[in-house]
Amino acid sequence: MAAIELTGLSTVYPNGVRAVDDLDLSIDDGEFFALLGPSGCGKTTLLRTIAGLERSSSGTISLGGGDVTRTDVGKRGVAMVFQDYALFPHMTVAQNIAYPLRVRRASKQAQQDAASTTSAGLGLAELLERRPAQLSGGQQQRVALARAIAMEAQVLLLDEPLSNLDARLRLEARTFLKRLQRELGLTTVFVTHDQAEALALADRIAVMADGRIRQLGTPKDVFQRPADTFVANFIGSTPMNLLTGTAHDGFVEVAGARLASPDLSLADGTKVVAGIRPEYLAPAAEGITGTVSIVENLGVTSLVTLECPGDVLVGLTVPEHEEPRVGTAMTAAPAPGRLLVYDAETTRLL
Amino acid sequence: MSAATNRTRDTSGLGVARAVAFVSPALLLIGLFLVFPALWTIYIGLTNYTLTGPASVAPAFVGLENFLGALDDALFGNALWLTLVFVLGSAVLGQNLLGFGLAWVLRSAKPVVRRVVEALVLLAWILPSVVVAYLWTAVLDRDGGTLNALLGNESTAWLVEYPMASLIVFNTWRGTAFSMMLYSSALAAVPPSQLETARTVGASGWQTVRDIVFPHIRGHVLTNTLLISLWTANDFTPFLLTAGGPNHESETLPVFIYQQAITNGELGYSAAISFLLLIVNLVVALLYLLLLRRRS
Amino acid sequence: MTFHAMLRRTLYTVLIAALLAFFAIPMLWLASAPFDSDPGVGLRWPDWTLDNWRITFEHPYALGSLLNSIVLCAVATLVTTVLGTLASYALSRVRIPGRDALLYVLLLLSSVVTGTAAMVPIFVMMFQLGLINSQYATGLVIAGGMLPAAIFILKDFIDSVPRSYEESARVFGASPGQVLLHVVLPVARPGIATIMVWAFVQAWGNFLLPFLLLRDVSGQPAAVLLRTLKDEGGSANLTVIPVFSLLYAIPVVALYLFVSKRYGFRFHGGIKA
Ligand SMILES: Nc1ncnc2c1ncn2[C@@H]1O[C@H](COP(=O)(O)OP(=O)(O)OP(=O)(O)O)[C@@H](O)[C@H]1O
Ligand SMILES: [Mg+2]
Repeated sequence: MAAIELTGLSTVYPNGVRAVDDLDLSIDDGEFFALLGPSGCGKTTLLRTIAGLERSSSGTISLGGGDVTRTDVGKRGVAMVFQDYALFPHMTVAQNIAYPLRVRRASKQAQQDAASTTSAGLGLAELLERRPAQLSGGQQQRVALARAIAMEAQVLLLDEPLSNLDARLRLEARTFLKRLQRELGLTTVFVTHDQAEALALADRIAVMADGRIRQLGTPKDVFQRPADTFVANFIGSTPMNLLTGTAHDGFVEVAGARLASPDLSLADGTKVVAGIRPEYLAPAAEGITGTVSIVENLGVTSLVTLECPGDVLVGLTVPEHEEPRVGTAMTAAPAPGRLLVYDAETTRLL
Repeated sequence: MSAATNRTRDTSGLGVARAVAFVSPALLLIGLFLVFPALWTIYIGLTNYTLTGPASVAPAFVGLENFLGALDDALFGNALWLTLVFVLGSAVLGQNLLGFGLAWVLRSAKPVVRRVVEALVLLAWILPSVVVAYLWTAVLDRDGGTLNALLGNESTAWLVEYPMASLIVFNTWRGTAFSMMLYSSALAAVPPSQLETARTVGASGWQTVRDIVFPHIRGHVLTNTLLISLWTANDFTPFLLTAGGPNHESETLPVFIYQQAITNGELGYSAAISFLLLIVNLVVALLYLLLLRRRS
Repeated sequence: MTFHAMLRRTLYTVLIAALLAFFAIPMLWLASAPFDSDPGVGLRWPDWTLDNWRITFEHPYALGSLLNSIVLCAVATLVTTVLGTLASYALSRVRIPGRDALLYVLLLLSSVVTGTAAMVPIFVMMFQLGLINSQYATGLVIAGGMLPAAIFILKDFIDSVPRSYEESARVFGASPGQVLLHVVLPVARPGIATIMVWAFVQAWGNFLLPFLLLRDVSGQPAAVLLRTLKDEGGSANLTVIPVFSLLYAIPVVALYLFVSKRYGFRFHGGIKA
């Protein structure tokens, strides 16, 4: 049984923006699911629609098998962590964490118990009497998580929970979040526009654009075989090379080179876009040839930009100790099976 | 809760019905004690309603008679003129100039001096008007008044001999705080670099104010003047100091309305005058909002 | 230091001193006259005594009028704060049809319909309703006059409370009443306290409306009694007036000090905070 099942779901704002557009999605019980996409693509809206803070215009939402499309917010058994955490500034950490129980008029004892058990699991036991303003960003984030967990909902929604943290803390919080989710086994939907975060954390990822899902799959799928050029462009810490060209005799001709294409039996002259990740391009005797124009140090590797015939720029990564000199010529070829061919018209993977 | 067709963005989850229920009591009170009286003034102003006598039981509709009567009433003309003098003297000039002057001078004062002066100016503003009236009676009285004591003369009854001048000085003292605070915050928004530039090229204080500061605060001057004029024109405190006397020499419009309505019992006539005051208020307030909107 | 700079320095000091004197001298009376054995209208070094205080406390109406003031202010302040808070919360959060027009009209009303401009119809209305001399009715009239401004200031405060607080509470299952009680009111407390103090000070100092509507001396608040003392028995009662002025002014000054210390002296759209 799916924990979250969305069918034909649309959310339209009063100003006419279709922030979620006819979306179908099924999320499994206990899954850690990431919604990934650029700013304004409708991630927050989708999350809010699931929580019931926005009313869907059409389509249905069911949670744990029950239809909740018309159920009021707060009665859906969904907990949520807001991007700004929304910790109540006038309550202590303990009161914040116990708030979901207070709403249900649980006894003072039950509230205290919930606060101490939940806080212990998140390393907040020492902070129970503080107010949110006296906490660091990372502590606030954990209090917000604790409060959501204390609700004991079947589904946990997280809206960019890590985006307010600095880079270092973010990595720690990421690991922490993953461990916590595993321990609790909570179905978790996680919104982010950071592709690395999604790849690192999620069991499955949905890449969104303009209120629709562009690709749905495991991090591996999405990273290795982006379904269209939009996703290809979006995923990966260095942008994928997307080179326009034509198909010929089972080869694709791009940037003045003929590359062996996967067996697609394309008609001669078909306009295509060849997608190759910089990580999957390596120096070779034959392949794309150009002049080294820029070398950027990325730490363990370096990103080399080649200027190829027709003013095409191609990026590839090389181990840092094999950096070429700027101005020299260089030839590179894709690793076997790593060349992706997209239809230039539909932008879909062929 | 309304269905998907009525998609108001209601983060509080109140819903329109409950929201209307929340707003209604306040609106009821405002309607009863503010809107209704304002509208009713028009009606009373068209009758010969009086406090006592036959017309108090059965007032008759007299059309525009009250308004026409006002045109011929020398006392109304007098009240109008005195109100104008009062507003120009104490608000447009007095509070405006003194308020700006204080804000300008205090910028460079020591923090202690600044705090003390500001506290005193504010105190003059927040003390209840009845108390303030006594304070100034003590200053301006003929026998033993502070001003006469300071001047070493024992014969000037300031409130009797110079009633309007006294009221203007009094109201400047009373209301400068608002202008001072407004100009203080406006001055704080003038870029210091521009002031320093003026100083390095050797501009005098007056030149700096005229060329650098004034262009920045022009909008504030206008809106401030409108607000304090409106308040001053509606101020009832002169009644507490001079009650309009002697012989109507300080009878501004609010005092005039009170005398006509309560002392003379001419409710219809005073309502007509009130209506005129309401219209003036409305025009000034609309102008004020227009200016505010243009500025933002 | 050049001669010129010294001259400027001296002039500046004289100017500040003159301004200080202008604002301070009228107030000194309030500090000296209540303690002077022979209080005159003018300012002088007092011949210290506390007799005036005893005589004031024995005055038949003095303490009663302070009590009347408290009742009047309590009604006006409570009504203004409670109704103002409810209204501004709803106006801040829900797009009631015609909301923007309503807010505009409220803003206009708060400055256009002043006590002086509306005194005739208000007097006639209360007169015809037989509510002259009713403290509660007078309190309501004062509240009605303060509400538009109060709603405006409060809406400003509530607008600045992040929506995510309420949304978060709702996701956890809070009802609209719980959202208001648990989250909105506590978070907006500084604003509500400001309005309470503001309303109290306004009502406490209001002279015109109680003067018009409370004609019976035993029901008059301090503002009106203080005025009545001026003509009591044909001449001003100079023993009682200074002491009573001071007693009557103290709450206002105390509240002003409290607010400026606690929240800093702010003013909103020209309203005394
Ligand atoms: N309250 C609203 N009223 C009208 N339009 C809105 C509202 N909130 C969001 N939108 C629009 O809906 C679209 C989706 O917004 P949403 O906040 O869901 O994006 P997002 O993917 O969460 O973006 P981000 O990564 O920047 O948070 C945007 O075009 C946005 O402008
Ligand atoms: Mg978002």
